[in-house]
Amino acid sequence: MAWAWGLLGGLVIGLAASIYLLVNGRIMGASGILGGLVDGAGDAARERLAFVVGLIGAPAVAAYFWWMPKTNITGDFAVIVIGGLLVGIGTRMANGCTSGHGVCGMSRFSLRGIIASAVYVGFGMAAMTVLRHGLGWI
Amino acid sequence: MRVLVAFLTGSIFGLGLMLSGMTDTGRVQGFLDVAGAWDPTLIFVLGGAVLPMALTWRIAAARSGALLGGPIPKQVEARVDRDLIVGSALFGAGWALVGLCPGPAMASLFYGGTGGLVFLIAMAAGMIGYRRVTVGVPA
Repeated sequence: MAWAWGLLGGLVIGLAASIYLLVNGRIMGASGILGGLVDGAGDAARERLAFVVGLIGAPAVAAYFWWMPKTNITGDFAVIVIGGLLVGIGTRMANGCTSGHGVCGMSRFSLRGIIASAVYVGFGMAAMTVLRHGLGWI
Repeated sequence: MRVLVAFLTGSIFGLGLMLSGMTDTGRVQGFLDVAGAWDPTLIFVLGGAVLPMALTWRIAAARSGALLGGPIPKQVEARVDRDLIVGSALFGAGWALVGLCPGPAMASLFYGGTGGLVFLIAMAAGMIGYRRVTVGVPA
């Protein structure tokens, strides 16, 4: 049933992106919203902060009262720090991540969104193959 | 009002990420693990999100602006540059290493334990560091 939850969750994500675009006139990209908030260079800081508070807060409330999902994150903190730095630097350099380039970009047939998504999925698959099956790190 | 809508949108987005399995690093890494026990769930997540959004772009194209004022973001010229490719490759490598991308890293903060918190801090540090290094450098 994982696929059905995936599809349902995906539709909810698409609903959120649709509201943000039609009502506020903004692209719902997680790395751009957070990045522009923490580096101090983004406009509309209150709007960004409110988005982040909801993004962290709503799953927290749902997890507390309803269902506590498992993240199954690795216990290797060196891997976590390196991974976090790569995701932070990479998404800012590429100006988008899975939500901005993937959901909002590909759905409007943006060449940048499609190329970025092909590269991060392709490179992620290559990295996974090398790191897990070649080097045995993860 | 814009701030309230942003809060509600972030909330809906977070619940969608939680329901979809995007905050389960094992599931995300399973999707990237094409040489192992491949997990296709993320295709359903992406499809579920992209299809309504494609319809939304059509609605947006017929409107003069956003409901709360201001323009709908125009399609930027398709400029595929080195930063887009290199940045996406670095992101992909980090995504494979841990199994979290920026949205789920925030959505899972409450239930992600110390590891999730450390990831979010490292990710924010990477974002700030990138800005510090590149500020003043012409694009």
